[in-house]
Amino acid sequence: MSISHAPPGSPESDISGIRKTNAGPAGPPAADTAGHVPVALEPIVPSSARRTRVPRWLRRTTGPLLLLALWQLLSATGVLTSDVLASPGRIARVAGDLVADGSLPAAMGTSVQRVAAGLLFGAVAGTGLALLSGLFRIGEDLVDAPVQMLRTVPFVGLIPLFIIWFGIGEAPKVAIITLGVSFPLYLNVYAGIRGVDSQLIEAGESLGLSKWGLVRHVVLPGALPGAMTGLRYSLGIAWLALVFAEQINADAGIGFLMVQARDFLRTDVIVVCLIVYAFLGLLADFIVRSFERVLLQWRPTFTGR
Amino acid sequence: MATDVHGPVSPQATGAPRAAHAVHVESLTRSFDGRAVIDRLRLDVQPGEFVALLGRSGCGKSTLLRILAGLDRDIEGTVLVPRRKAVAFQAPRLMPWKKVWRNVLLGLPGKPERAVADQALEEVGLSHRSGAWPKTLSGGEAQRASLARALVREPDLLLLDEPFGALDALTRIKAQRLVGELWQRRGCAVLLVTHDVEEALLLADRVLVMDEGVIAYETPVELERPRAVTDPRFAELRGRLLERLGVDTAADAA
Repeated sequence: MSISHAPPGSPESDISGIRKTNAGPAGPPAADTAGHVPVALEPIVPSSARRTRVPRWLRRTTGPLLLLALWQLLSATGVLTSDVLASPGRIARVAGDLVADGSLPAAMGTSVQRVAAGLLFGAVAGTGLALLSGLFRIGEDLVDAPVQMLRTVPFVGLIPLFIIWFGIGEAPKVAIITLGVSFPLYLNVYAGIRGVDSQLIEAGESLGLSKWGLVRHVVLPGALPGAMTGLRYSLGIAWLALVFAEQINADAGIGFLMVQARDFLRTDVIVVCLIVYAFLGLLADFIVRSFERVLLQWRPTFTGR
Repeated sequence: MATDVHGPVSPQATGAPRAAHAVHVESLTRSFDGRAVIDRLRLDVQPGEFVALLGRSGCGKSTLLRILAGLDRDIEGTVLVPRRKAVAFQAPRLMPWKKVWRNVLLGLPGKPERAVADQALEEVGLSHRSGAWPKTLSGGEAQRASLARALVREPDLLLLDEPFGALDALTRIKAQRLVGELWQRRGCAVLLVTHDVEEALLLADRVLVMDEGVIAYETPVELERPRAVTDPRFAELRGRLLERLGVDTAADAA
């Protein structure tokens, strides 16, 4: 869209009226008798007029669709061969087959269960520890230093140890997700608690709130934005941990499907699994956003234009 | 009512509670790093009295208010205040995550009904915003909500810490009037900390000037209400107080 206010064909049209009153035949606008130089005015266009007519959801889906079309084009012209990357059409067919024979829904069920369990345990551990060290000075002294130390260990590096400890069943997979999820939640909930405005705490005290009342009505609601940020980080890490966990010694789940496909050089199945991961991640993010919309509607923050 | 129920703020209460006072402070000292901001201060406020506390910034007037509110307990000396007291701060300090009526009820014992909050909001003319989020309130509305939150506690002592400081001039006049009306209706003792001499003279029965950690000067304000800034006695009092506050009023007196 063009934002110029004067049509390019007639550069003088917007000040021609002023020209005439000045009776200046040519050149820059002459100063009038009082010595005022005429000011060129430009309209402030109301934002409703500047908005495009295309609805937002359509604009947002255009980008991915264009990408998909490009991909299909490259596959059809043979630039992308099927053993490097299968074409979108073929992937759609394979996805249909995998759904029809029940292997994909079963794998998704297993994976979602693992993430849910890991997320639950991780959330309990992360928030619990954060509450301990956020609310109590003694908790901070005991908990914070070890957690900060453990946090720097890449959790993926613990997989061999976890296999020795928990065997090769569900336990090591859930454990690795739990570990990955705990730290971002811990850090953000802890920072959220410590970031609560001390003026509000004082106001709460002056209103006669008890210690527990202060925690319930002031500290915890104040820490909620931080907790939500932590939850979103955690979800991202949960899917990441799932991919690592499922590619080792798995006999079910999306990761297992991918390992199997790799052995048979089925790039189409691998891409289907990647897409499933992406959609599950998006779905999880959508759920958290919905939570935020309900729980954080009191926040006086910028929401974008 | 319960003005004789005194809760000591001091670490140890010495002497018997005096029923005749709403506030009784004796030889109160508060030091920050060895420097006494409040130095053996004494202060009595009668039940139902409206007292304004003036002073240059940093003279310790806000510290005194925080001590009376029970928010600062690193003190020496005797401080007796009613158990039922309430504070309104310069910033409204509403919990942004609670709707206005929940803010008003916050900290009340038991499970009070919304009607209790609505009644207090009605009194400050804000009942129509009862279900609103604090972020949607204007500055004056938020300050009135904070006032309702203080009043709903039915305080025997109301502590106001420059509650009109952040309001624009027009809203401030309205808010001052509101506080005057509420005080006359409720009959509670009020301690208003302010740096605005006119505000103090418009509202208070007695004006105190704090300097170097003590009440350096005090004067009763014996003008009948409602008071007018244009009253010559008002101007005379104002000149006297400004002088005590170290502001040259020679040009003003002319």
